[in-house]
Amino acid sequence: MLTLKKLDEIREQTLAAANLENERKGTRIVVGMATCGLAAGAKPVYDLFQEEIIKRGLARVTLAQTGCIGTCRLEPIVEVYQPGQEKVTYVKVTPEKAKRIIASHLGNDEVIQEYTAALDFEAQERIALRNCGIINPELLDEYIAMDGYKALAKALLQMSPKQVIDEIKKSGLRGRGGGGFPTGLKWEFASKSEGEKYVCCNADEGDPGAFMDRSVLEGDPHAVIEAMAIAGYAIGSNMGYIYIRAEYPVAVKRLEIAINQARQAGVLGKDIFGTGFDFDLELRLGAGAFVCGEETALMISIEGKRGEPRPRPPFPAVKGLWGKPTILNNVETYANIPRIILLGADWFAGMGTNRSKGTKVFALGGKINNTGLIEIPMGTPLKDVIYKLGGGIPKGKKFKAAQTGGPSGGCIPAKHIETPIEYDTLIELGSMMGSGGLIVMDEDTCMVDVARFFLEFTVEESCGKCPPCRIGTKRMLDILERICNNQGREDDIEMLEKLAKTIKAASLCGLGQTAPNPVLSTLRYFRDEYDAHIIDHRCPAGVCTAFLQYVIDEAKCRKCGLCARSCPARAIIGRPKQTHRIDTELCVKCGLCMTKCPAKAIEKKQNQ
Amino acid sequence: MDGNTCTCQSEKFKQLEKIIETHKNRPGALIPVMHEAQDLFGHLPFHVQAAIAEGLNVPLADVYGVATFYSKFTLQAKGTYQINVCLGTACYVKGAQAVLDKIADTLHIKVGETTSDGVFSLDATRCIGACGLAPVMTINDKVFGELDADKVEKILHEYLELVWGDDKNADTEEA
Repeated sequence: MLTLKKLDEIREQTLAAANLENERKGTRIVVGMATCGLAAGAKPVYDLFQEEIIKRGLARVTLAQTGCIGTCRLEPIVEVYQPGQEKVTYVKVTPEKAKRIIASHLGNDEVIQEYTAALDFEAQERIALRNCGIINPELLDEYIAMDGYKALAKALLQMSPKQVIDEIKKSGLRGRGGGGFPTGLKWEFASKSEGEKYVCCNADEGDPGAFMDRSVLEGDPHAVIEAMAIAGYAIGSNMGYIYIRAEYPVAVKRLEIAINQARQAGVLGKDIFGTGFDFDLELRLGAGAFVCGEETALMISIEGKRGEPRPRPPFPAVKGLWGKPTILNNVETYANIPRIILLGADWFAGMGTNRSKGTKVFALGGKINNTGLIEIPMGTPLKDVIYKLGGGIPKGKKFKAAQTGGPSGGCIPAKHIETPIEYDTLIELGSMMGSGGLIVMDEDTCMVDVARFFLEFTVEESCGKCPPCRIGTKRMLDILERICNNQGREDDIEMLEKLAKTIKAASLCGLGQTAPNPVLSTLRYFRDEYDAHIIDHRCPAGVCTAFLQYVIDEAKCRKCGLCARSCPARAIIGRPKQTHRIDTELCVKCGLCMTKCPAKAIEKKQNQ
Repeated sequence: MDGNTCTCQSEKFKQLEKIIETHKNRPGALIPVMHEAQDLFGHLPFHVQAAIAEGLNVPLADVYGVATFYSKFTLQAKGTYQINVCLGTACYVKGAQAVLDKIADTLHIKVGETTSDGVFSLDATRCIGACGLAPVMTINDKVFGELDADKVEKILHEYLELVWGDDKNADTEEA
């Protein structure tokens, strides 16, 4: 059985053996091997390091795979920690580069500067991501070395369930999955219910553009397991379920490994830390239904049925999984729990703003230079996120809006760029925190098209149980498609607003209630773009193809005929050595000619 | 169907029985069993659903209901190479639609269809969480990032060569 003393022993030993300590004696090399790293080709790089280390007989070198370091655009990333030196970060590593790195850096102590990049984590505050990119997620000992399972031991041995709940309440932690409900309050409700109870984890990260939960699970799975055991102790439950998307195979594999390790070590199972407290976990795979991120639908899906939500009340804290009291928190929320228990509520509440405590992980994506994950204190202004942490907009384009909250959220336009990011300010602006996807849009993005894109998503994902969501969203999409197709009518906007109001008021669950948000929010800030589509018959951003014409600039045309040969619609008129012209009647606006033209003589132009 | 397929099918049904046996007594066993059954058969045709319904003692209508509710489950056979183009927000903003159109064009199939030779299936998928590499697609378990129309054409040709190469090998073996 694991005891507190044993935990400390493992910690001391592992810190030294894995070269994790600050005063390390050997070299530690980590390769970022989360989904993004693997996709960029981290596996062959890792294999090469392994091979070379054995071949060269390098002693005192630890090679470890880690989760996401957070800077996806620079993957595969390899970090080298050597005794008494600053860590060196190599980016976009290939097997060839890896060979040179080993020869030069490990062989001759010479850093290859041209392969490195200085990653600035200064503006970040990493709590949920504390171990991501540092420890090997497939080794329990390395988690323990970073104070892992110490919080569980503290809770079980030194605190009463009520004290645990009070601590979480005092910390001000709010749900990181969307709504921002106070976590401690949720736990307290469930703790007051009688009988068998369940602890659930929502790892069905469905918001397009958000991947922080995947990162935590791939980089630090034990943090979630530890937190769920703490939650079980707090509310009086012995069984937990992690509901995870099947789209995340790497995360599923690492969780399975971690759960088995935790069972073997005795931090899951019977009589944990000799306190008589039993807790076990099971994984349940989602099957690709966005609505299962809604709490009642998620529990019904765990039960093995069609994941259709049911009306609340009764709330899950009273009647949840299999009709028993259940708490559900998302991955990032859980990842904060061990730190709060270990370092105290005051420490956590010291970060963030008045109404939003702690930090939040954001997934930066879209038209921004530094795509990837960042964890920042609540209340950081959007401007800092975009320009300081995000590195600004590529190609010097102009920032137009940031979309948060996925298909349930809205956009924050450039005029509100100074806004501090926290739950309540985002809601005031007509958006919401959501799970933390932050998609940046520049002047080339058409906001009507974005609204159409999100509605298409909701129409597809609406479960069909309640008519306002099933039929209403479809009608809204019809109108948006018409507008994007240059067939908008003057009364369309009024109709959109009317539908939005009804859908929000009458839908059964959060999916429907928030589905109109992307439309309402773009209407609020970008009404002029809708008007341009409907009244002026043009798409200001040049995205909606119905408003475009492809034109050949005769002065630039080299008369080579490549465009005419590539055109699938045979819409380009002109023989070789003659100037070419596009027949707009035949043109299907695929843009192929534009990519083929060596002289860049073909342009997209707005309808005249 | 020839005799060979039959034996391999009955072999698979024996494995399915084992899967059902291991999950049978757990609450909420249906979806885990269907996941494993789909891994085994590649899709969930009627007779597989019927076997699951009988094995778990649930109405066939429930099995069919679940199979059609979740997008991960498919009733139709899929190609050897399953192409999934991510249409998450980050990918969409960076031009995933053009990538998807290019593939559909090159393979002469629509989204959701399989090529007549059963080699490629094309689907649009939800965010796979590799937004840093947008636009992204996967072919079976392999992820391809930072795509554009040209890049995707090259990748498809590599796979086509792989398929044709196999055909050639098969021909010589027969000869």
